[in-house]
Parts: sequence; structure tokens; C-alpha cells
Amino acid sequence: MDITSLKQTSEDQWELPATGKMRAPVIFYADRALLEGMDDKVREQATNVATLPGIVKASYVMPDGHWGYGFPIGGVAAFDADEGGVVSAGGVGFDISCGVRCLLTGLQAEDIEPVKEQLADALFANIPAGVGSTGRIHLDDDEMTAMLRGGARWAVDRGWGSREDLERIEEHGSMQGAEPEHVSQKARHRQRNEMGTLGSGNHYLEVQRVAEIFDPDIAAQLSLAEGDVVVSIHCGSRGLGHQIGTEYLREMAIAAAEHGIDLPDRELACAPLRSEVGHRYLGAMRAGINCALANRQIITHLTREVFSDVLPKAELPLLYDVSHNTCKEEEHIVDGAKRRLFIHRKGATRAFGPGHPELPGQLRDVGQPVLIGGSMGTESWVLIGTKEGMARSFGSACHGAGRRMSRHRAKKQWRGSKLIKNLAHRGIIVRSVSMRGVAEEAPGAYKDVRAVVDSADRAGLARKVARLEPRVCIKG
Amino acid sequence: MPSWEHFPHEADIGVRGQGDSPEVAFEQAALGLTAVITEPGSVRAEEAVTITCEAPSLDVLFVDWLNALIYEMTTRSMLFGRFQVKIDGLRLSGQAEGEPVDRQRHEPVVEPKGATFTELQVDQNDEGQWVAQCVVDV
Repeated sequence: MDITSLKQTSEDQWELPATGKMRAPVIFYADRALLEGMDDKVREQATNVATLPGIVKASYVMPDGHWGYGFPIGGVAAFDADEGGVVSAGGVGFDISCGVRCLLTGLQAEDIEPVKEQLADALFANIPAGVGSTGRIHLDDDEMTAMLRGGARWAVDRGWGSREDLERIEEHGSMQGAEPEHVSQKARHRQRNEMGTLGSGNHYLEVQRVAEIFDPDIAAQLSLAEGDVVVSIHCGSRGLGHQIGTEYLREMAIAAAEHGIDLPDRELACAPLRSEVGHRYLGAMRAGINCALANRQIITHLTREVFSDVLPKAELPLLYDVSHNTCKEEEHIVDGAKRRLFIHRKGATRAFGPGHPELPGQLRDVGQPVLIGGSMGTESWVLIGTKEGMARSFGSACHGAGRRMSRHRAKKQWRGSKLIKNLAHRGIIVRSVSMRGVAEEAPGAYKDVRAVVDSADRAGLARKVARLEPRVCIKG
Repeated sequence: MPSWEHFPHEADIGVRGQGDSPEVAFEQAALGLTAVITEPGSVRAEEAVTITCEAPSLDVLFVDWLNALIYEMTTRSMLFGRFQVKIDGLRLSGQAEGEPVDRQRHEPVVEPKGATFTELQVDQNDEGQWVAQCVVDV
């Protein structure tokens, strides 16, 4: 990205002042190398976001920012309904509430080494992953409605988890304000066979080892120690979320002119928060969030079943569950005043700091765990939300490494079978239905996740707590 | 010459179809969509599915066509390898022929989540060929 027009305000903060139709500046959180490595499209897309009505303070780009559609991935923006603010279906994206959940196991790395292959096979056999896989749970229309209202709480009520799980999930496991009546029959139909499925692409389930601790005090409060084994699950709202995104994006793109909104890019499709379509979308999108929370809860249940067979001494309580692609109504302090704002996080993680009332009692003084997914051969991270981050990015941080190479190039550059062999030499077991899928997700196709989290840490968006290394990876 | 290709997008993948008419460009882009998932030549034409869409413009009609195919693929757990499209004004009636997903034979790579308005274009190029393209979220 050409950075000549940006004003550097710290090592990891850069500003593009508002000009022309921009209603706010763009603020990039990244070091020079990450910023220069971003596509020019990231700046163009973040600038477009800054032109939307009712934007508050700035259009933000996280350190893992990359070229998305409409919003950049790693884009954060807040809107005020009282100032004509909008909700954007493009700003949330297709995979509503795609996110990462991390489970503790009580196991040490040496416990899993002798049974790693067996564990990989059992997880691959029991957790539906990839195109053409179907879940074991099929919902009729009434149950679908109950799931869309209740989220993970619905799943726990059906026996797939415990009450304790809910406290470790954003929104306490159940997004309020969901209106399943605004979710179409087509979206419901698309979800019929997809409850408890991982999906494909960059979705995965990994068994990981805590490789390094950066903040021993916080790590201890999160029950993380070097050598511990954890399980991370990355997936979202499956076909239901995709269909909600498809339908509302089309509707908002076509209706934008009627709302007097001049869209610089149709993919930014949005509507005033106080419009009929804006209201319907919020209700449907929140139902989509619940679908993702229920989906990760069911996969958690399936994972616990596998561990109880293979490693019966394991117990798998939740460390935390974070959602990415969302728009959430939150209270923030802006220039000393409390305001209720609608925060879009597109490929960005909520990262509330210590003392935030939304956090459960055990985490209230610690801050929110921020789970950063890496690529299958590298590493993932646990960070913790900060007080400064609340003011700097509306309590938001990065979400992953971010791609540096298109799938198109990756599949030409790598062979899946060779990658799997090389990873096996390093003790990482990969299971996938598709060798080309593995090639497209090659570790080399992603940016250096360490550079991303270092930058987020220096920028004060979230602080590093622990680094996780994969041992078993089930690719979606 | 009718043809399809993928074009790069940092996170996702672009599909582009080309031909003498918008219909052919749409059919070719549909092959490109299948190629995101598997080798289109590996898909047997065992079953036909009818698709109709209507839109306020030709480019939105293209997005609708791809999204209708994605919907039929995911809800029927099928892959399609042969397509026919007729466009009358801004109404499309089409047919997609394919078979149920066979995970061993097709080795499906990734599921498309939705066709986007990003890099969306339905137009004639300088050689008079119709080009239909957009980025697909995977």
C-alpha cells in the first residue's frame, strides 16, 4: 500500500485525514512493514467506509487488514442511529459471527503425543467438515426458531454443554434482539443439515499446545500454563448466515439510493439503522449470531465426546468464545460522553478491557480473552483486552494473520500432499478431505501472525498472553 | 470462444465467464464457480435443476444467478457441471445439470458462501465478447 499520504502518529498508528466525501478519518493500526504489505484496496475500502452516514470518530483498520468486499477485512466502524447512522450487511459479511472458541483440556502435551493419530482420526470422523458434510442434528421449523432466539443457550438447554459454558461466550451465549421472523425460509432451509458442521475454507478445529507464556499473571487467571493442551474451533453461522448476508446485501444495495445514501461501492450495501430494512436486518443478523453460537456449542459437545473416548481424563471447559463478523449495539465513551453505538467488526475481534460490565465475574478484573487464529502450520494466540483499546478502537483488535496471497496463487504454488507431509515431520497432524483445500490454506499464504499480534500489542489494542502451536488440525 | 477463468482476490476468489452473449458468459462463469469447488469435468450430468431469477439490472441478475446456484448446490448437496441460460430482458431461466457430491471422487475444496458485488461487471469487451464476473466469498 502506498503510505505517502498517511500521517504516522506512533510506531503502530497511522492516520489518513478526512478529505472529499469522507466524514471521518481512517486510522490504521499496523507497523510500517504490515502497512506497506497491505493491498491499496484496503485503503480504498476503509476510505469508502469513512463516507458512510453517522460514522463516529474514524474508520479503523486492524493490523491484519486485507482486501475484503465493501469493508476491508480487519475493518471496524461505529455508527450512531441518532446521527443518521447505518447498519451495513456488507460491513458484517456473509459468515455472520464467524469466530473462534478455545477449550481448556486439563491435559499436558505429553498426554496427547502417543494418541495424536487416533485423536485426529476420531475428531475427523465425528466432526462434520468440508463440502458435502452434514450434521447429525436436523431441526424442524419450530426448533430452528428456538435456536435462532437462544443461540448457545438453546444448545445447552438441549444437553449440549453446561451453564458454565455460557458465561464464557460473548453475550452470555445468547444474542438479544434476534428476530427469527426476519430470517427467510431459504436461509432456514440452507441450515437444515448444517447444524454442528465446521464448514470449509479457513475453518478448522485444532488441538494445540501452549508453547509460550507472555503474561504469567493473566495466563494463570485464564488457567493457561506452558505445555498445556487446548482445543480451538474456528467456524461460523454456516448456510443460514450466508443466505441472510446474500439476501440483505442485495436488498440494501438496491434500496440505498431510496435512503439517500450514495454508495461508493455497492458491496458496502447499508441502510439507516432507523429504517424498516435496517431494523429487519438487525433482527435477522442477530439470529445469525445465535446460529453461530449454537453451532460452535454443538461442535464443542462433539469434541468433548471424542475426548471422553480417546482421553477420558480430559475435561474441556471453555476458555472463551469470540465472534468476528458482527454489528453490535454497545455503550462507549466518546469524548467524555456515554453513547450507544452500533459497532461493525468485519474480520475483527471484540476486545473489551478489564472492568467492562459485559464480562463475567471471573474475567471482570482481567479483561476479555482475545483469540487470534493463525494458519494450520504456524501458531495461534491468546491476547487480553485493554482499557486503552476501549478508546482506541471501540474495544476491538485483530482476528488472525490475514492472507498475503490469493487462493488462486496459493494453489499454483503448493501441493497439499507435500504440505501435509512436511507438517507431519514437525509433529503436526492434518486431516482434510481436499488436498487442494490444504494448498489454498498453506501457511505461506498467510502473513506472519506474530507480526500482527506484536503490532496489536504495541498499539495497545490487546496484550499478548500466550502463544499456541498446532498439534492436530482438522481442516474444514 | 466461450471460456472461464479465476481472477485473484486477496481473501476470496474471482470468477469470470466470457462468450458471444451474456447467456454464454453466465454459463461459463457458472463453470468457473464449480471450479472453485472441484474440477468441472469430473461432475456427471445425472440430474437437472431449473433456476429462474429476475433483477433490476443485468449485473445484479448475474449475482442472482450465481447465488441461486450456490443455494441449489448447498441445499441439494450437489455439484453442477453443465449449464444452459436464457435471458429475456431482465429475467433469467436456466438449467444446471449435475450429481450429488461424492467426497472421494470430487475432493471438494471449499464451499462458496455467496456471490458478491465486488469487482462485479457484466459488459462487452473491446473485442465484442461478453464478460460476466464478480468475487465469490469462500
